[in-house]
Formats: sequence, structure tokens, C-alpha cells
Amino acid sequence: MPFDIVQFYADWQTILPECFLLVWACIVTMAAVFSRNSGEGTSTGTYAIWTLIGVLVTAVWVALTPDGTAFGGTFVFDRLAVLFKEIVLGGVLLTVISSIGPVDRMKLHRGEFFGLLLFSAVGMMLMVSATELLLLYIAIELSTVTLFVLAAYRKANRKSAEAGLKYVILGGISSAVLLYGVALLYGMTGSTELAGIRNGIGDLFMASGSFPPGLTMALLLLLAGFGFKLALAPFHMWAPDVYEGAPTPITAYLSVASKAAAVAAFLRVFFVGLESSQTLWVQAVAVLAALAMIVGNVTAIVQSNIKRMLAYSSVAQIGYILVGAVAVNTWGATSMTYYAMAYLFANMGAFICVIAFSNRMGSDEIDDYAALSRRSPTIAVFFSIFLLSLAGIPPTAGFLAKYYVFLAAINNGYLWLVIVGLLTSVIALYYYATVIRKMFFPLDQPEGGFPVSLPLTIALSISCLGVLLLGVFPGPFVDLAQAAAAMLMPGM
Amino acid sequence: MISGILSWMIFIPLIGMAVVMVVPKEKHSLIRWISMVATGIPLILSLMLLSAYDSSTAAFQFQEFASWIPGLNVNYHLGVDGLSVPMLFLTALLSFLAVLISFNIVNRVKEYFAFYLLLVTGMMGVFCALDFFLFYVFWEVMLVPMYFLIGIWGGPRKEYAAIKFFLYTLFGSIFMLVAILALYFTSTPHTLSIPELIARSPELTHGFQIFAFVFFFIAFAIKIPTLPFHTWLPDAHVEAPTAVSVLLAGVLLKMGTYGLLRISFPMLPEATKYFAFPMAVLGVVGIIYGAIVCMAQTDLKKLVAYSSISHMGYCLLGMGAIGSVAAISGAMFQMVSHGLITGALFMLVGVIYDRAHTREIDAYGGMWLKVPFYSGIMVLFVLGSLGLPGLSGFISEFMVFLGAFPSYSVTVAIAVIGVLLTAAYFLRMVQRMFLGQVAGHTEGLTEINVREVISVAPLAILMIAIGIYPALLSNYIEATIANLVRVIGG
Repeated sequence: MPFDIVQFYADWQTILPECFLLVWACIVTMAAVFSRNSGEGTSTGTYAIWTLIGVLVTAVWVALTPDGTAFGGTFVFDRLAVLFKEIVLGGVLLTVISSIGPVDRMKLHRGEFFGLLLFSAVGMMLMVSATELLLLYIAIELSTVTLFVLAAYRKANRKSAEAGLKYVILGGISSAVLLYGVALLYGMTGSTELAGIRNGIGDLFMASGSFPPGLTMALLLLLAGFGFKLALAPFHMWAPDVYEGAPTPITAYLSVASKAAAVAAFLRVFFVGLESSQTLWVQAVAVLAALAMIVGNVTAIVQSNIKRMLAYSSVAQIGYILVGAVAVNTWGATSMTYYAMAYLFANMGAFICVIAFSNRMGSDEIDDYAALSRRSPTIAVFFSIFLLSLAGIPPTAGFLAKYYVFLAAINNGYLWLVIVGLLTSVIALYYYATVIRKMFFPLDQPEGGFPVSLPLTIALSISCLGVLLLGVFPGPFVDLAQAAAAMLMPGM
Repeated sequence: MISGILSWMIFIPLIGMAVVMVVPKEKHSLIRWISMVATGIPLILSLMLLSAYDSSTAAFQFQEFASWIPGLNVNYHLGVDGLSVPMLFLTALLSFLAVLISFNIVNRVKEYFAFYLLLVTGMMGVFCALDFFLFYVFWEVMLVPMYFLIGIWGGPRKEYAAIKFFLYTLFGSIFMLVAILALYFTSTPHTLSIPELIARSPELTHGFQIFAFVFFFIAFAIKIPTLPFHTWLPDAHVEAPTAVSVLLAGVLLKMGTYGLLRISFPMLPEATKYFAFPMAVLGVVGIIYGAIVCMAQTDLKKLVAYSSISHMGYCLLGMGAIGSVAAISGAMFQMVSHGLITGALFMLVGVIYDRAHTREIDAYGGMWLKVPFYSGIMVLFVLGSLGLPGLSGFISEFMVFLGAFPSYSVTVAIAVIGVLLTAAYFLRMVQRMFLGQVAGHTEGLTEINVREVISVAPLAILMIAIGIYPALLSNYIEATIANLVRVIGG
């Protein structure tokens, strides 16, 4: 076949933002290496600013790129991909801003930290565009392998090292499980492309009038694989330890960006590729969602470390997102997408508050947050707003997000799941309110107020603006989510 | 008439909150004045609303409509009728007077008034909202400032009381949310508009109505509160600062009964008929139980709190007599009257607590000799509360009994015992605190001051005015209640 320059450009045009970011990640990493060799090294702020420039350029680039597909349809660039890429980039952006303090204290390999972060972002951006399971697998690996390193970044710290190791082992197992599921699917349908799998399953059903037993096996393996990636109960055991041990910005990044990307991948695989076999997996997803909400929320109550509490809280949050997945239609997909947006701002914001607090106090214990509203009203007020959004109290983003997923689920007849979700959200309010209580209720006047650094204030303001905009003026964002979800269901 | 009057009433307090947030926290008196203005303007607006309201029709008036979240059929839809106009006025009045009462807050004044004004916005919104989503948002928005107000400025067990209130009410709200979601999907085309859903109520099946009614009822019953969902109330009331108790008793409890009349009754008429008698029974149980528990109270504030449970029972009893305009109007009267009287009683309890720092009934004695003016006012409201003819409490109880008697004669006969018990516990309290020789903490008491008199005087005037000339209130509610009774169809 002769070389077709037009086709070549059309193919590459849609993936250029990723290419740019990849190059940028290499530059940041190499700059770190060379600057260290040349003497005292560059300041953390400089790395952060250059990283931010790369992220912002990519974000604009993504926004301006027209929809299209590349590489024979294995890579799509549609509204869903755009939205989730922007969510991932938003997560990276906030992570980079909030990393400046913690990374500065690490002294070692500061530049590489940002480089790795960008590599992982590239992986996630590929993940949300992949419509072919092997590409998806490679994208997942690219994002997680870099995260293994980042989780263990404070290598002198035992907990951080433990976090890295645990993450490697469980990440490896989950990838293996996922890959096995992919292999089984390929064996039955002869395709690794989602469209091909969809048709293959349809043919199998037509041929025999029922689904082959191997399909159930494949679905279970895929669900388990995604369960690990999403930290869904009962596959969540790694999450609290990794979240606690990893540097807090990485924890934030893990809990937001990587989960958002996994949700997008979940939507593509299950809502498109496995749509026709939904009778086999919807029940299982409903049970997993219920388990995640119950286990996450109940376990979070007894935590004394704020990062562990937020870890269990995010297990529960993923449960809420998956409540939307029992409605395999545009309602479900839209609600999950909207939830992912709301979750980005609220959870990111909450972790930034934790970072701001530990920058100053060096502690992550919930008890140390006592009377914070007297020492740093800024953090206390922002933190309360984010926690209330996670709890789903109006007029924050979290409320509309929960409303939306419950709407989708109840429309599909899953009343029991909605009731479980609502009851567990009352439990959730208890531990979120406990933190708020500690920060606000004591009347005593503790010593030493502390200000919040400018970058963190900006990051907090962005998150807070997001939480309130998505809660009070959600119209345009709902439209975005609906446009994204429409990509999955062209017929509906 | 000002366009968007309802929006202004809702959002002026919110603007006030924003202003308070930027004022330096040392400027206590400035913050107080801003709060007075931010609650005073809605009060003036509510008076204008009363004068402009057309009481001859049951239709929604002063409607405001804007698309809010088109993708989800959510609209910003406000409007008032005979149910909401009196409640809006009561809310505006009590929230203004409670600002005056809050002048004694000296700790963290800025935060206090910021939360306070947010609470006012939520309360106003609930009584104006005609879209389910909006209604729910306002309903929930109130919880957050309430949590802080009880938890920071409350009494010794404030943290427990605050979280109990928060969780309890949220627990109720989620049942309401399920019912709302279900209603949304049963309507074709899907809508969240309350008037629209009322108009389509005949389309709902009997089974669905029962399900939705039960779910709504759990939410509203917790707010009212009716047995067995009342346990949060004594804790919250006793621990809350005075102004918050006033709003809790005067406005928040009414949201439960308002919700039943606004949503459950017209939207689910068949289920309402089905549950009419159980509601009346729950009402009577509340009346008697509340009164009996009051007999045992030694803490004055707790006594007033439990008397609320008893008095809200009258509302439920009246509403149980669904076929009777008199009974439901009586329930409406009781909502307003209880708001006025109990609001004032909480303020007056606060007055002596500020001076003597105890609310034990036994710690006082012979107050009439020491603080005659205060005692006079207190006894006036106590008489109003126990239903003395000529005061508003009598009208409401009488109308409830009159309207409910034809349908539930035995139940009403039992409820009348409640009147006797009410008189018993209140008069016993009056005797021990106000009569006899000066004793205990009465020694150190000083007379009620001008600010405190100003904050209870309007309530006393209204209580007497409604008591003598009930048409003052019934004018507003008559057409709406008559229409409601027609919709339910007896």
C-alpha cells in the first residue's frame, strides 16, 4: 500500500495531544536529569510551571481537536473522550499545583516526579480513547506503572515503600486478571475490538439461543480487573494502604484521575462492547456497587487518619458511580459521566485541603484538625464544602451527581439499590460531619493561625468553583455529559 | 408590586450572608445591623405580599419561572397560595425577631449570623418552591447551617444534638427523594413540577400512591415531629441557642405539616383517604404523649419542647379529618398559632436563662413579685398555649375539634383530654415559678429589657388579634383549603 499522507495526518491528528504531552514529559524528565548534573538543580516551582504549561497546552489542544478515529478505529476521539481527557488533565493540573510543597520537601528527584506524572496522564488519555482491548491494556499499564513509582516516591518512608510494593503486586494481579478476561473474549469472538466483540457475542447468541458459559467467566474476570483498578469492594484492600503511604498529591491523583479514566474505559467496554450481554453482568455490577457503598462508608467511620478515611470514602464514591451502570442506556452513561466531573472537584479539593494542612502541621490525624476553623478558616471552610459535596448535600455538585445516578437506577427498576445508596449516604454524612465538627465546634482559641500558600489557594478556589458551579448552574455541564454519553449509544 | 418578590425574599438573606462574610469579624454591631436589614427587608416584602395577595382564588400567585437544568427537566419555579403565604409571613417575622434575640451572642458573631442568614434563605425557599428539585434543595440546604448553629453555639450536649438532628432529618429526606424520583418517572411526560403532578394525580395507581405517601410521610413526620420519630426534638431544642429554638419550633416543624398539605394531600388523594384515620390517631397519640411527658419535666425549655410535640398533634388530628374544611383550616391555624406562641415562649425562656443561667423550674419562685412585667408576658403566652378563648390557640384547637368530631368522635373525645393535661402542666409551672414568695434564682433577676420586649410584642399582638378576629388569617387560607378538600374528595 502506498503511503497516503492525507490518511496519515487524519490518523495522527486525533492523537497529537497525547504525542505532545509525551514529548513534554520526556523533556521535563530529561531537564531534571541534566539540571542535576549541572550543579545545584532547578527549583520545584520551575518544574511545576513548565509542567503546568504542558498540561494547559494539551488541554487546549484537546478542546480544539475535531472528532475522529485513528488506526483503523482502535483509537477514537469523540465527545466522551474529550470530556474524560479534560477531567484527567484537570486532575493533573490540580495535582501539580498542590505538589509543589510536598515535592519540595522531598529533595530528591523533584523534576522526575512531574515527568512521571505526565507519563501517567498520557496513559490515562489513551485509556479513555481506546476501543480495542489491547490498546486499552497498554494504556492502563502505562498509567499504572508510573503510578507504582510515584506511590513509593518517599522511599525513605516505610509506609510509602510499602504502598509502592502493595500497589505493584495487586496492580500486577489485576492486570493479569483483566488480560485473561480479554483473552477469553478473544477466544470466543475472534476480536479484540469492541465493535467486533459486540457483533461476535450477538452471533454466538443467535447461533445457540443462549450465551456460552465461557462468556460469563470472561465477564467476571473483566469485572474483577476493573474492580481492582477502581478500588471497588471487595477488590479495594490495596487502596487504604496505598492511599495512606503515597505522597498525598499522588493519593489525590490516584483517587481522581485514574478512577475517572477507568470509569471511561468501563463505559466503553461494558456499555458498548458487552452491551448485548448486559443480562449477564448488570446484576453483578449492582451487587458490587452496593458492596462498595456499604463497605466503604461503614469502614470509613472508624478511621482516625484522614487519608485512610478519604480512601474508604472514595471506595464508596465509586460505588455511587456504578449505581449509574445498572442503567445500560444514555441515562446511566450520562449520570456516571456527570458524577465523575463532580467527583473530580470535590475529591481533589478535599485532598488539597489535606495537603495544605499537612504542609503546615505535618500530620494526617483527624484529631489534629480540632479547631482548625480558628487557625485557618480558609482550609476549614473549603474542606467543609468539599466534604458536604462528597456527602451529597445540596447545593453542591455531589448532590446533583447522586441525584442523577439514582434517577438512572430507579428508572431501570433498581429501587433496592437506590435505597441502599441513600441509606449509606446517611452513614457517610456521619463521618464527613465528624471532621467538620472537629474543625468548627470547639469554642477554644488555639495557638497559631497559619495562612495557605498562593498556589494551594488557587487550586482550592478552582475546585470550590467547580463544586459550586456544577451544583448551582449545572445546565451546561449536564449538556456536556449528555453529549458524551450519546457517543456510546448512537442508536438511542 | 415588585417583580420577582419571592426571589428577593429568598435571596436577600443570602446576599446579607455574603456581606457578613466580608465584614471584619471584630465589628459585631455592624454584623448585627446587616443581619437585621437582611431579614427586615424580607419582612417588609412579606407584608406587601399579604396586602397584594388575592385571597379569592386557590391558584398559585406571584409565580416565577425559569429553566434551570433543562437536561433534567428541572426548573426554577416559585409561587404561593393560601398555604404558603401565612407561612412565609411567619418565617419572615420570626427570623427578623430572632435576630434581635441573637444580639446576646458574643462568641464568633460573624459565623453565627452567616449561618443564620443561610438558614433563613433555606426556610423561605421551601415555602416558595413549586418544583420538586428546588423544594428538595432548599429543604436540605437548611440542614447545614442548622448543624453548625446547634453545634457551635448550643448547650453542653450540643455536638450530640447537632449530629442527631442532621442525621435524623437527612434520613427522612432520603425517603422523600425516593418518592420524588419515583413520581418523576411515573409521570408522562416526565416532570418535577408540583402543580403539574397535582393535576395528573388521577393517573397514579392506588398501590403507587400508598408507596409514595408512606415515603413522603416518613420525611414529613420526622420534621413535624410525630411519634415515633420525635426523639431528635427535645435534644435539638434544649441544646440549641434561643434564636435557633425559636426558628426550629416556629418554622421548621411547620415544614412537615406544610409538606403534607402541599404535596401528599393533593398529589396522592387516594392514599390520603386511606391513611386519614391513622394520621388522626398519630395526632392524638402525640397530643396525649407530649402532654404527659410535659408533666414530668423539670427543665423549662424541655417542657416547651415537649409541648410542641403535643401541639403539633393537633395539626395532624385536624389534617386527618380530610373531608372537613374546618378541621384542615384548624390545622393551618394551629401551625401559625403554634409558631407565634411557642416562638415567643422560647424567647422568654431565653430571657431568664441569659440572666440566671438555669432553666430548672424549681430554681425559681415568686417571679411575679420580682419581675412583674416579664411574668405578665410569660403568663399571657402560656395562656395562649393552653388554649384560652380570645387567643389564637383556642381558635385552632376549637376548629380542629369541631371539624374532626363528625368523622372521629371517639378520637376527638380522647384528644380533648390533652387540653386538660396542657392546662395542668402549664398552670403547675406558672404556680411554681411565678406565684408564692421570691425564691432561688429569682432574687438576681432583672426585668425584661426593651429589645426583648420588642422581639415578643409583635407575636403577642398577632396572637391576640387572631384570637379575637380569626378572619385575619382565615381570609388567606379559605379558598386554598376549600380547593384542597375538593381535590381529595372527602
